[in-house]
Amino acid sequence: MNLGEVFKSAWKSLLTNKLRSLLTMLGVIIGVAAVIVMIAVSAGTEATISDSINALGTNLLFISASISRAGPGGGPLNSRGGLTYNDVTAIREQIKGVAGVSVEQEASETLKYGNTTLSSVSIVGTTPDYTTVRNVSVGSGRWFTADEQTRSVKVVILGSVIAKELFGTADPIGETIIASNTQLAVIGVLAPKGLAGGTDFDKQIYTPISVVFKKFTPSMFGRIMGDRVRTIFVSVDTNADMSHVSQQITILLAKRHNVSLTSLDFTVQTQEDIISTQESTTSSFRTLLAWVAGVSLIVGGIGIMNIMLVSVTERTREIGLRQAVGATPGDIRVQFLTEALMLSLIGGLIGVLGGVGGSEMFGQLSSMRTVIMPYSIVLSFSSAALIGIFFGYIPANKAAQLDPIVALRHE
Amino acid sequence: MENEFIIETIDMKKVYGEGEGQVIALDGVSIKIRRGEFVAIIGPSGSGKSTLMNILACLDRPTEGKYILDGEDVSKYTRKELALIRSQKLGFVFQSYNLLPRVSAQQQVILPIIYRRENRIGIRERKEQALEVLENVGLADRVDHLPNELSGGQQQRVAIARALINNPLLILADEPTGNLDSRSSKEILELLHSLHDQGKTIVIVTHDHNIALHTQRIIMIRDGKVYSDKENDLSVVQGAEVEPPIAKAEEASVL
Repeated sequence: MNLGEVFKSAWKSLLTNKLRSLLTMLGVIIGVAAVIVMIAVSAGTEATISDSINALGTNLLFISASISRAGPGGGPLNSRGGLTYNDVTAIREQIKGVAGVSVEQEASETLKYGNTTLSSVSIVGTTPDYTTVRNVSVGSGRWFTADEQTRSVKVVILGSVIAKELFGTADPIGETIIASNTQLAVIGVLAPKGLAGGTDFDKQIYTPISVVFKKFTPSMFGRIMGDRVRTIFVSVDTNADMSHVSQQITILLAKRHNVSLTSLDFTVQTQEDIISTQESTTSSFRTLLAWVAGVSLIVGGIGIMNIMLVSVTERTREIGLRQAVGATPGDIRVQFLTEALMLSLIGGLIGVLGGVGGSEMFGQLSSMRTVIMPYSIVLSFSSAALIGIFFGYIPANKAAQLDPIVALRHE
Repeated sequence: MENEFIIETIDMKKVYGEGEGQVIALDGVSIKIRRGEFVAIIGPSGSGKSTLMNILACLDRPTEGKYILDGEDVSKYTRKELALIRSQKLGFVFQSYNLLPRVSAQQQVILPIIYRRENRIGIRERKEQALEVLENVGLADRVDHLPNELSGGQQQRVAIARALINNPLLILADEPTGNLDSRSSKEILELLHSLHDQGKTIVIVTHDHNIALHTQRIIMIRDGKVYSDKENDLSVVQGAEVEPPIAKAEEASVL
C-alpha cells in the first residue's frame, strides 16, 4: 500500500463516521485554538507593556517612596517615608549625569472655558524637566519655566484632545481656562502622543507642581503631607552610566532622609528592573496558560485514542479480512495510525483557523491586545500531529496484533 | 520451477495450551495436493479440520511438522512473511463472505491488489482487472452495488472474485455455501467447478458431505488425523442420493 492509498483509505473511513470524527477532533481543535489564543493574548500583553515602557522615555530611573516605612517608629522623624520636592532639587543640583528630573502630583478637576465644561480632567502638576523625562513635546506655545514653577505662576499646557474639546479649531494660547475656581493661562499645547504606560497624555493638562500643591491638593491628608511626592522620575544622560547615577542618588537620598543604606525608605529602579519584573509576571502567566493548553491537547489526544480503540473493536472483522488478503501487521498499524494522525491533523488545522480567528475576535471585542505569533501556530499544529501519533499508536498496535483467525470470526 | 504438489504437509501437528489443559488439534497430518486438483476436506466439528484449514491458509503455523506450499517451507514463517505468502499465492472464500460494508463490489475485488508487493498496477488497470474478474463470476452488471444491495449468492460471488483477483495458486473456501439456500449453493458450486475447469486448484473445507461430493477428492479428518483420503468419481456420484458417511460418523460419536 503506498502513501496515497493509505491516506485515501483513512479519509474514506473517517468520512463514514462524520459526526464521530468531528466530535473526536473537537478536543484537538479546542486545544490547538487555546494554545494560539493564549499565546496571542500573552504576546499582546507583553507588547503593550514594552510599548508603554518605551513610551515612558529612555534612560529613566524611577525613585519611589516606600510608604510602609512612613509614620512614627518607621524611621527618623524627618523621613516619614516620603520623597519631598526638595529631593528633586537636590538630585538635579548635586548628581552628575542627570539630564532631567521630574515629579508628578495629580489632581482631578472640572475645566471650564466659555460655555464648555469638562469634568474630571487630570491636572498633572510637574516640573520644567517633564518634557525631557517623559518624552513629550510641545506642539505649539511653550512649556513653563523654572521661574514660573518657583513663583507658582498659574499657567497651563493642554493635552491635544483637551485643547480640541475646549477650543475646537481656535488657538487656545493666551486664553484663560478655569479649573475649579482657579484661573489658568494657557501657554502651550502638547503634540499628540496618545496612550503610553497606561496614561493618555492627550487627555491631561499640565501645570507647575507648586500650583497643584497650592490650589488642587485634594484632601486634608494631602495638605498635611504637603509637598511630599510619590515618584521622582530621573532622566539620565545618554552617555552617563545608569548604575552609577542610581548609586549616587541612593547615597544622596539616604543622607538627606537620614537612613542607612540597608533600610532605605525609597527604592530606585531602572527601566530594566521594571521590564524584568513585568517579564517575570507575564512569563509565569504564560507558563500557566501553556499548561492549560497542553492539558487540553492531551485530553484531545485521549479522545482520539478512545475513539480509535472503539473503531478497532468495531472493525475487527475488517482487520481480519485485510490480513487474510495480504495485509501485514505493519500495513494494519499504518492504516490506523494514519486515521488517528488524520484526525489530529484536520483537528489541528481547524484549531489553527479557530485560534487565529479567535485571537483576532478577542482583540477586537475586548480591551486586551492580541498578537498572533507564527511560532504558536507551528508549535500547536506540530503538537497536534505528535499527539495523533502518540495516542494513535496504542490502538493501531492493538489492531496490528490481532490474530487474523480470531478477527475473522469476531461477531 | 513448477512444483507438482502445491500443498505438502509432513506429519503436521498443532497443539494448543500446555500441560494438563493441552489440546491436540492436529496429530500428524500428511497430505499432498496437486496442481489443478479440486479437493474437499471434511470432518465433524472438533475434528481439527478448521485448524488444518487455518494452517493451509497461512493464517496459523503448525506446532510440529512441515507445511510446504508451492515448494516453500512456510511452517516457521513470521506473521509478516505469512501475510506476503497469502497475498501472493492464496485466495480465500469465507462462509460469511466477509465483504466490507459500504464498499462497492468492484472496490471489494480491488482490495487484495492494494496489499500486493509485486506487480503493482495503477488505478485504471485495477478497475479493469476487477471488472474482468467480476465478469468471470457473472456479476458484470453488479459492479457498483454495495453488499446490502446484493443477494447472498451474489455476495459470495463478489468474495470469489476477490479471491481470484491476485491470480492465486490456490483457492481455499471455508464452508462457501454454509449461509446460502440450496439454489444459490448450487450456483456457487457450479462457479467453483468452472474455475476448476479453468485450471484453478481449489480446496473446500466443509462439514457437509453433499458439498464434498461435488469435488474430485475427499479428505476426511477425524480426531486430528486423516481418516480417509479417497478419489471421488464425479460421474457416478453427482446428483445421486448417497447416504453421507460423515453423518453416520457423527451419529456414532453422539451415541
